[in-house]
Amino acid sequence: MSLAVKAVGIRKCFGSHEVLKGLDLEVTHGEVLCILGPSGSGKSTFLRCINHLETPNGGYVWVDGAIMGYALSRGALQELPVKQLRAQQSQLGMVFQHFNLFAHRTVLGNVIEGPMVVRGLSRAKAEARAMDLLEQVGMAAKAASYPSQLSGGQKQRVAIARALAMEPRVMLFDEPTSALDPELVGEVLEVMRALARGGTTMIVVTHEIRFAREVADRVVVMIDGEIREMGAPGAVLSNPADPRVRSFLSRVLA
Amino acid sequence: MRQPEPKSTAAVSPEDLPGPGVAVRRLRHPGRWISGGIVLLLLAFIGRAFAVGQIQWAVVGQFLTAEVIIVGFGWTLLISACALVLGVALGFAFGIMRLSENPILRFAAWLYVWIFRGTPVLLQLLIWFNIALVFPRLYIPGLVDERMVDVVTPFVAAVLGLGVNEGSYLTEVVRGGIGSVDRGQKEAAHTLGMTSGQTMRRIILPQTLRLILPVLGNSAIGMLKFSSLAATIAMGEMLNAAQRIYFINGAVIELLFVCAVWYLAGTTVLSIGQYYLERHFGRDAATATSERRWFKGWTRRPVVEGEA
Repeated sequence: MSLAVKAVGIRKCFGSHEVLKGLDLEVTHGEVLCILGPSGSGKSTFLRCINHLETPNGGYVWVDGAIMGYALSRGALQELPVKQLRAQQSQLGMVFQHFNLFAHRTVLGNVIEGPMVVRGLSRAKAEARAMDLLEQVGMAAKAASYPSQLSGGQKQRVAIARALAMEPRVMLFDEPTSALDPELVGEVLEVMRALARGGTTMIVVTHEIRFAREVADRVVVMIDGEIREMGAPGAVLSNPADPRVRSFLSRVLA
Repeated sequence: MRQPEPKSTAAVSPEDLPGPGVAVRRLRHPGRWISGGIVLLLLAFIGRAFAVGQIQWAVVGQFLTAEVIIVGFGWTLLISACALVLGVALGFAFGIMRLSENPILRFAAWLYVWIFRGTPVLLQLLIWFNIALVFPRLYIPGLVDERMVDVVTPFVAAVLGLGVNEGSYLTEVVRGGIGSVDRGQKEAAHTLGMTSGQTMRRIILPQTLRLILPVLGNSAIGMLKFSSLAATIAMGEMLNAAQRIYFINGAVIELLFVCAVWYLAGTTVLSIGQYYLERHFGRDAATATSERRWFKGWTRRPVVEGEA
């Protein structure tokens, strides 16, 4: 399998607090990777560093042939203009914990925004594609609704369709079910399962251990800004070597 | 231990309880009648004072539709409209600058607000009117080269004075409106690959505009009234026209009343317009439920989506 994402020595500080302490990670095409860990362990920050919503203080991320935010010139990383960074970011689909749908746009309007504005697709083409995607996430019937009229689960499914509309190389999920009422979690995970089956490369920060066990090809456990455990879900979740990972898992699986 | 009973209610034993059809006597509010009566009396007194005072109501009626007054009101409307447009443009420009990454731009916007919100608008009007003392010539290479006194007519000074002043207030309003569109939407736009400009134009500003609409309504009403200050810089708007008439015929209070009638008419029309505008946007499906709440209370921070 060929490499899709490679993070090298990612460090991130907020003030004097070092949130990420030099993380390395490789993700291959078609792989589903779940990042687990207690809150405050830096897993969301790591995900946000991958697509440069947060600029790492050290290290870099390589995505499918390009270094995020930089060009390699004469052995050094030259920071790219914002416009080029945005073009790179559009290669990575991002799904947020709080959905972040555009409140003044309909469901359809949310999904066609990126393809029309960034990719320059015609409205007709963008809408046709958007309707296919909304069909895929089971939201086609709500195409004309506004976000405020949807449930959390519906919003998140629209957000997934919106990210997919950019035809990203990799999908990033930042705790996609954490803000949902328990009975709405299933519908979102179902959409994500379907994506995984379809061969989408996915990096998922989540608290859903069952989802990780079922769907992930590999699981990463982060504690205090470090990767403490990495491997197949069966091995990591059932028999972790690291004692702190063991104690974390025993707390969430209890 | 039993609690001591309130004074006014005696204990009712279960045997004494009335049937379901028992009559209910409502509490009386004599205080309301008294306060209402006092207010009516005061109103009647004021009304009588105006009726028997030295006011020739016929003169009010006569000048209400006089050509000079109507033309003056036209100028009033024109100054107000131009100043409002200028104010809104400056408000958005400086409001966006206020949130810029560039500290110098931020400082410039802060300075603008500090100066123009911190000095009286009448003073600003007088300064604009006399700006030629600072900049004797308006010179933009290849475009304009004129004496400043020819450029800054009373009309231009009025529009600049009122508009620039209004802009300083709207800068803060726009800043607040932009700040209240939640940060997540901006991040979402960035992850789609939209540039900062595209995000501002297509995601942030449309939502900001809806939030600040009620404030713009108030600005329009305020502007209509503040335009009367232009009378002091020889701008021939309505108040100035009225003054020119009463300097000749001496009917001071009558002509001031004429102005009051027109200003009230103008502000009433604007209030009605504002009501329908707000209702239209309040009804819009886009502003259903949560968004309508922020619309009504624009100073409150909106609920972050999904937290509700």
